[in-house]
Amino acid sequence: MRNYIIRRIIQLLPVLFGISVLIFAVMKMIPGDVISGILGIEATEELRHQLEVKYGLDRPYIIQYLDWIGGVLVGDFGESIRSGAPILPEIGQRMRVTAELAVLSAVISWIIAIPLGILAAVKRNTWVDRFVRVFALLGVSVPGFATCICVILALSLMFNYYSPLGFVFFVDDPMMNLEMIILPALINGFGISGSVMRMTRSSMLEVLRQDFIKTVRAKGANEKVAIFKHAFRNAMIPVVTLIGMQIGSLLGGGVIMEQIFSLPGLGQLAVTAINQRDYPVVQGCTLVIAFIFVIVNLITDLLYAFIDPRISYN
Amino acid sequence: MRRFGQTIKDLWRDPMARVCIVGIFLIIVTAVMAPVIAPYEPDHMIAAPKSAPAPDYIFGTDNYGRDVFSRVIYGARVSLWVGLIAVGIGAGAGYVVGMIAGYFEGWADTIIMRIMDILFAFPSILLAILISTVLGRGLGATMVAIGIVNIPVFARTVRASVIAAKGLEYVKNAQSVGVKTFNVLVRHISPNVIAPFTVQSTLALSGAILTEAAMSFLGLGIQPPDPSWGSMLSEARAYMEQAPWMVIFPTIFIVITILLFNVLGDSLRDVLDPKLKL
Repeated sequence: MRNYIIRRIIQLLPVLFGISVLIFAVMKMIPGDVISGILGIEATEELRHQLEVKYGLDRPYIIQYLDWIGGVLVGDFGESIRSGAPILPEIGQRMRVTAELAVLSAVISWIIAIPLGILAAVKRNTWVDRFVRVFALLGVSVPGFATCICVILALSLMFNYYSPLGFVFFVDDPMMNLEMIILPALINGFGISGSVMRMTRSSMLEVLRQDFIKTVRAKGANEKVAIFKHAFRNAMIPVVTLIGMQIGSLLGGGVIMEQIFSLPGLGQLAVTAINQRDYPVVQGCTLVIAFIFVIVNLITDLLYAFIDPRISYN
Repeated sequence: MRRFGQTIKDLWRDPMARVCIVGIFLIIVTAVMAPVIAPYEPDHMIAAPKSAPAPDYIFGTDNYGRDVFSRVIYGARVSLWVGLIAVGIGAGAGYVVGMIAGYFEGWADTIIMRIMDILFAFPSILLAILISTVLGRGLGATMVAIGIVNIPVFARTVRASVIAAKGLEYVKNAQSVGVKTFNVLVRHISPNVIAPFTVQSTLALSGAILTEAAMSFLGLGIQPPDPSWGSMLSEARAYMEQAPWMVIFPTIFIVITILLFNVLGDSLRDVLDPKLKL
């Protein structure tokens, strides 16, 4: 197992290097330079030059890249061109918001999706199955932002309720924190539950028709044991793969929810920085998001062995 | 290899697929015939801002007094066009690189798939926003950005099918009698790739429409005055209590369109790969 983890981490290194090169290259390709953005069109050449020297933009790209990545490796992501604040603490602060939303959304989606997916498979072709399939299809097809707008509209028109905007950390005020985050988490959770539900159902159906389940039943095991002890565990691998990818996406792709509910998360920071052409912040955010995605995928791979002991990493 | 006609026949037997085909056909006709169907120009003020639905403007008017119905109709044009071109770019490029990676393996495979891994490591919406920012935003940039985001998933699908097809007896025979590589790829391997490729394309279409709507909703996709469902919703957010029709109608059209493509994709998968039908 340890060898496998080391091998996988070594395999990840070129991917992480490629990610950093791509992010750096994309930043350099964005039209319109940041100095003009800061100084405006009336900037003098001298002032421009001063700022270019200050941010190291006058050096060759390769040196700029090495400088940036060297800093990243020792935990120095640089400073925001707009605010002058160091980037890493800002990312860390924003990550707490994004992580809370992601974890809550994921847990809500599992609570909805996994039991319903199992139920649909066990009660195949009944009204329960049909209901679950329609529910899952809606989850997959209704965009999160559309659900958000409709829910906000319905709550305001029918109950005169407005979800509080902004963010308070859980440690500061747990009740206010939950009130702020529960609505986006529920909507996010509903959205991602669709695909988990579909995957759980189809994976369970496939396992339930295999011979070993027939054997378990033939030996007189009760139905609950057959479903939960034997079928469920075997059906989990594709579901865990999907969940892993979704957690990775949630940690980095919660842009829409964060924008709509004014949650100061990582996605919101990235979009604001893109709009403000604050390249060091965009670079830092995208690097962290991509890194998390890759690591979550690695953890997902490692989880397979715990779910199915037949899988060996030797 | 299944004949195209047979696939359509089998698909037509499924009532859900029939509904989807008719629905998608109607949306395509609506998009193509937008100038004929829409009663007003999408960017013309025709009544007081935020007027409620009435016989003259059945979906009401928006915050500039523009006809919401006409904008939804023109929005269909933008959404479908973006979806088709983006999936065309993603599927085309993904097909070529997936074929090369799967057939030649070795270094070509390693390099191509590592590049795909890199692209795959970004959340799709974020990568699309970054690429469209580089390309200068707007309709063309959005199409290309979503297209590039779609390349890895097509490349992986095609590569997996090519690797499976390479092991087939008749493909090995063709290689051993000296059939040119290009011909082996096109005549013997491609037919095995078509089924998963087609299913993926249908599902990617709904994904592309969704991504475009999300990007435009954030103000980072289609730029005004081009009407797009996502940008209409983005504008409507500020007025959703005074003029809920500005929100409701674009939402209904987005959801229906994505639903139709998703259900059609599922039906197509059941027809082309019955083993997956559960």
